[in-house]
Amino acid sequence: MMTGYRPLLWPGGLALLSTLGLAAVALGALLHAAPELSMAAVWDSYTLRVLRFTVIQALLSTALSLAFALPVARAFARRTSFPGRTFLLRVMGLPLVLPVIVAVFGIAAIWGQNGAISNAMEASGLPGLSPLYGLSGILIAHVFFNMPLAVRLLLGAWQTIPGESWRLAGQLGMGPWAIFRLIELPRLIAVIPGVAMLVFLLCFTSFAVVLALGGGPRNTTLEVAIYQALRLDFDIARAVGLALVQVAACAVMAVIFFRFAKTPESQATEERLIARPDTDHLPGRVIDTLALVTGSLWVLGPLIAIVIAGLSGPVIDVLSRREVWAAALRSVSVGVGAGLLALVLGIALLATTRDLAVRAGRTRLADRMELAGSLTLVISPIVLGAGLFVLLLPLVPVFDWALPLAALVNGIVAVPYVLRILAPTLRRTAEHHDRLCASLGLRGWARIRHLEWPASRRGIATAWALASALATGDLTAIALFGTQRDATLSLMLYRALGSYRMDEAAVLALLLVGLCLVVFVVIEGGIGGRNRT
Amino acid sequence: MDVTGLELSGVRFGYGDWQVTYDLAVPSGSFAALLGASGAGKSTLLSLVAGFERPTAGAIGVQGKDVTNLAPAERPVTTLFQEHNLFPHLTALQNIGLGIDPSLRLTSTQKSDISAALERVGLAGMEARLPRELSGGERQRVAIARSLVRQRPLLLLDEPFAALGPALRRDMLDLVNALRRDTGMTVVMVSHDPADARRVADCTAFLHDGGIADFGPTASLLDNPDVPALAEYLGV
Repeated sequence: MMTGYRPLLWPGGLALLSTLGLAAVALGALLHAAPELSMAAVWDSYTLRVLRFTVIQALLSTALSLAFALPVARAFARRTSFPGRTFLLRVMGLPLVLPVIVAVFGIAAIWGQNGAISNAMEASGLPGLSPLYGLSGILIAHVFFNMPLAVRLLLGAWQTIPGESWRLAGQLGMGPWAIFRLIELPRLIAVIPGVAMLVFLLCFTSFAVVLALGGGPRNTTLEVAIYQALRLDFDIARAVGLALVQVAACAVMAVIFFRFAKTPESQATEERLIARPDTDHLPGRVIDTLALVTGSLWVLGPLIAIVIAGLSGPVIDVLSRREVWAAALRSVSVGVGAGLLALVLGIALLATTRDLAVRAGRTRLADRMELAGSLTLVISPIVLGAGLFVLLLPLVPVFDWALPLAALVNGIVAVPYVLRILAPTLRRTAEHHDRLCASLGLRGWARIRHLEWPASRRGIATAWALASALATGDLTAIALFGTQRDATLSLMLYRALGSYRMDEAAVLALLLVGLCLVVFVVIEGGIGGRNRT
Repeated sequence: MDVTGLELSGVRFGYGDWQVTYDLAVPSGSFAALLGASGAGKSTLLSLVAGFERPTAGAIGVQGKDVTNLAPAERPVTTLFQEHNLFPHLTALQNIGLGIDPSLRLTSTQKSDISAALERVGLAGMEARLPRELSGGERQRVAIARSLVRQRPLLLLDEPFAALGPALRRDMLDLVNALRRDTGMTVVMVSHDPADARRVADCTAFLHDGGIADFGPTASLLDNPDVPALAEYLGV
């Protein structure tokens, strides 16, 4: 720490100004449009019903996801080496990057009226499943996405249990139940509220799942209601009112969330891996096997269904259509553009927060700035988009600007991912090498070339690739701004699903997954380089 | 020895309650050890000399030249840290080359200088190795080679060999001592072990209670400690 050190404030300041500024402008535009409506007109039975359904489905989704995730995560934690463990953990990461609308297709192929399970039941003389639409469909889809997410987060909590605890437990002869109660449960109680809040928040603001599976006004969430008011009913006043309700609800949840969301500090003092003493217990083995098999099938089923249905669909017919490739190109340009925007904003913010944290000793200010950069997590893309929509509608032909607007909204929403991926690397680089750089006179371009870039290029590649892949499969922003003329692949898939053109949808779904994968692999491999450390 | 290799006169530094004042003159070309309990300010003294910290008062001179207001890279000083002396993604040659030119544009003469420096520290032919392909001791040897090509008259050792075993640590100290004799540079090291000081240091400073409590030829200082705190530290 140097006395009188002047931190580099402008990059992070500009980045925060653009993300928060845009969010503020969007909210301002909504509020500006609001005087024309009285709150009483918005706060009617319709809004109440929508709010009630939003909360109920989010609560149920959270409870189911966590109840499913706990045994699966515990099985992963207890079984640290079985064939396929690494593969299954990767599978648990897939739903996070799978385009939502593609996942919906895969889930319908398993759980739908004509899905694999229903067909199997009918073949064996049982009545088939009813259509997937409505609350049950939404819940299945939300658990598909959030159970694996919760598994990964909970597993992180398990891994913070110091190895010495296991050695101690073994020495004291603690049984599986005592281990769970005395070692694991306290750790879990510390993280479960945070995980639950995150899942709740994600389900509360879930858009594409509800749009695709929530048939009719009875099964509509706030997000979808905002979209419907803007795009289907052209009722801007109602959209504004709903958006304000949404923002208020999210703000309340954000406050609660940041209260609970404490990253558990690791108390591991020995680097060595110490085996748990409770892995040979027979009932435990049965439970763990059951949890792992069910959890894997739950996630893998729809993924496999997407591949099989896609390959057995009218591949050549769909792939020979020019508009499909034009849509694919639009998806990729939105994706790559959004990724680049998120990357630039994220790195600019981190340049400042790192300087503050490492060199100026202002760690708390730095952490708060990074948190502010992640606030867009609670101002959902649909609210951000709705604000821009209301703002720009009288000024420019909004629908001609669909792609840049979609890239803009997706880019801002992806900034938190960039922060999470790059912050540790950038801070560590400064902590380890600042003094050496100072004594060698390594600064400016030379420092970037010889230190920063080699140290962070993999992180940069991963962040850009992830942000781009997510935006490539986005349906939220493009549903708001897009038209028939400039549909992306995800919008095209949504329309095919909506009009029950399932064969076509199957091919489009597989194509979209492939596209996201290509975007990810090309960016990560091209920027990150091969075999570099 | 008429020139002082390192001179601190009335150098003050501190945070809040913790304040130190240093007055010290190390003769040019000698090997000085800094002993003292942890928290006595040994590493702080090196940070002030290297320029990572700025004193609130006083002056620091190296080879008779006032360096108090120079940036770290402008000072005729090289520091060997306990860790992170090398960039993990650069080869031994590149890591040493950064000591010659921070933008790493090296002439063929400079490259052969680097090879010669590697040879002098016992790492002949290891130009292309990455730090992870070297042992802990070998990594520090690369850092020593870099300090050789930088040709700075003052070398600071901030416990660079603390993580090595006793035999290896003695080898490294002997290596630094031999290089000091060849080049005539001044070496100042932070140490926790009086035996290390006895082995290589001509003179030793004992840091205690916010300043330098005693300074003199190593043998006489350690054999007849006349400062009570030093006797207590040594346990005699």
